[in-house]
Amino acid sequence: MHLVVCVKQVPNPEAAFSMLTVDEHAKKVIPAGGLQLVMSPFDEQAVEAALRVRESIGEAKITVVSVGPDSARNVLKHALAMGADEALLIADEALEDAASEATALVLSRAIRNLGTVDLVLTGRQAADWDAGIVGCGIAELLGLPVVTFARKVEVTGPRARVERVLADGFETIEADLPAVVTISNELGAARKPTLRETMRAARKPLTVKSASELGLMPAEIGRFSARRVRERLYVPVRSGRCEIIPGADEAAQALELARRLRSARLV
Amino acid sequence: MPAILVVAEIRDGTPTASTRELLGLAGSLGVTVIAVVFTPSADAVAGVKAHGAERVYWYEREEEDYDGELWVAVTEQVARDTAAAAILASHTAAGADLAPRLAFRLQSAVATGCTGIVSEEGKLLFTRACYGGNVRETLSFPALPAVATVKAGVGVPKAEAARAGEVIRVTPPEFARRTRVVAREREAADSQALEDAKIIVAGGRGLEGPEGFRVLEGLAEVLGAAVGSSRVPCDLGWCPHSWQIGLTGKTVTPELYFAIGISGAAHHMAGCGNARTIVAINTDPEAAIFKGAHYGIVGDYRKVVPALVAALKEPDKS
Repeated sequence: MHLVVCVKQVPNPEAAFSMLTVDEHAKKVIPAGGLQLVMSPFDEQAVEAALRVRESIGEAKITVVSVGPDSARNVLKHALAMGADEALLIADEALEDAASEATALVLSRAIRNLGTVDLVLTGRQAADWDAGIVGCGIAELLGLPVVTFARKVEVTGPRARVERVLADGFETIEADLPAVVTISNELGAARKPTLRETMRAARKPLTVKSASELGLMPAEIGRFSARRVRERLYVPVRSGRCEIIPGADEAAQALELARRLRSARLV
Repeated sequence: MPAILVVAEIRDGTPTASTRELLGLAGSLGVTVIAVVFTPSADAVAGVKAHGAERVYWYEREEEDYDGELWVAVTEQVARDTAAAAILASHTAAGADLAPRLAFRLQSAVATGCTGIVSEEGKLLFTRACYGGNVRETLSFPALPAVATVKAGVGVPKAEAARAGEVIRVTPPEFARRTRVVAREREAADSQALEDAKIIVAGGRGLEGPEGFRVLEGLAEVLGAAVGSSRVPCDLGWCPHSWQIGLTGKTVTPELYFAIGISGAAHHMAGCGNARTIVAINTDPEAAIFKGAHYGIVGDYRKVVPALVAALKEPDKS
């Protein structure tokens, strides 16, 4: 069984937003020099989901793939330290700030080149653009079934059994393999790499390829990127007019708040 | 004339609140609004018409629930047959699954989780939140048709007297079935109530444990409110996941929203920022929540909330 996990390097989403600058002219978000770049958390949970599948079926090869700059080697090394077996980085200047549609094209081609793949996992959305497009795009471009927003993934025989999160519960979906599954935070925390695994990871193969080495021409990528135009990028203004309710103690504050809510006919 | 195709969601024979909003939003863009509906109910179809669809493509089917392979295939067929300029779905477990898949099939692109759509000189502009709700991007799509999902609370429903809309039966498309829903478990009705609630009492990490929600439930009871949560309590198991409000949880638009022990991170505000009035209760006067709230109390919720319950129980003296 061959599992592939697609991961993305993003500016640490836990960091203060002040560490990012929004360049409205260039329509880019620029992280401050000291800002840590990490694996997008849902992708980390996708690696976790793959490891759990391997543990339950006994044996499987896990390949992690990323599209990104050379620094994205670090998130691949992190996945290897978590327990993945091999890593592939697609690094190409033509892919800098690539649209989700182009990223899906590149990843689908990379996965096709990996030979037999039974299950492709990825996070439900990346923590930077929050789009949630790539997983579905890979599935459509490879002609595979997809199950989104998974909180649990199991493999039994030729099928994946996936619990998919709904607004008010969950549904269980069986998908014929090969399939794509996107992972939601309800899956639970991803494991932390142990020192031993981190040492071992240093000896695991990490390959770097360009898009053309996957057989992708710049024009083809360009056609996918051109499907969308970013017209504007900006930081919304918050009203920032919070009234702090006065009062000598909690009882007085509560009475005052109740009075205001009543006079505004909110309660 | 170009049309906008709305993918309607039906619950218990009625268009959902976000579907009604979506129809209202599509209607505000100055084009013909058409819809595709999956339901056994002619009343549901009439409801979609009444809320603004001039033509309804009805796929009659016992189940109202989302079935990805079927919905994508049917919607693709209707989108092609009608040459729709855009396809809009609600940003729900259904829409957020359908829209990206559909966009790739139509060799177009998709804007997910839109907070606004406008038409400027005939060009549709889609604004959406990114970077955990901190940043907005506005997109346009040169490759028609544009596909988008829209957050709850963005459009305004427009109920009109039963329109003389046309209903067109959809013939089943051919597709290879490779996924099957084998079970579905829904939690008690209270979680659906979150999206429809006029008042929501939500708690965060600052509750410091599951017992904090018991305190919040006391307030919710006096107000007839629903109880929600930011992401951390859900991930820590203090409350059900279905209570989660925020970027990856529910988007709610109540009249009154209590954010209690919630820091106010952008990814939470992405789910509640459109509430009409936000009341923040937090021990940290520097918490970001006070920037997004209308009223704030700096204090320990364990004291403030019971005091507020007592104050609200007192007869109104104003």
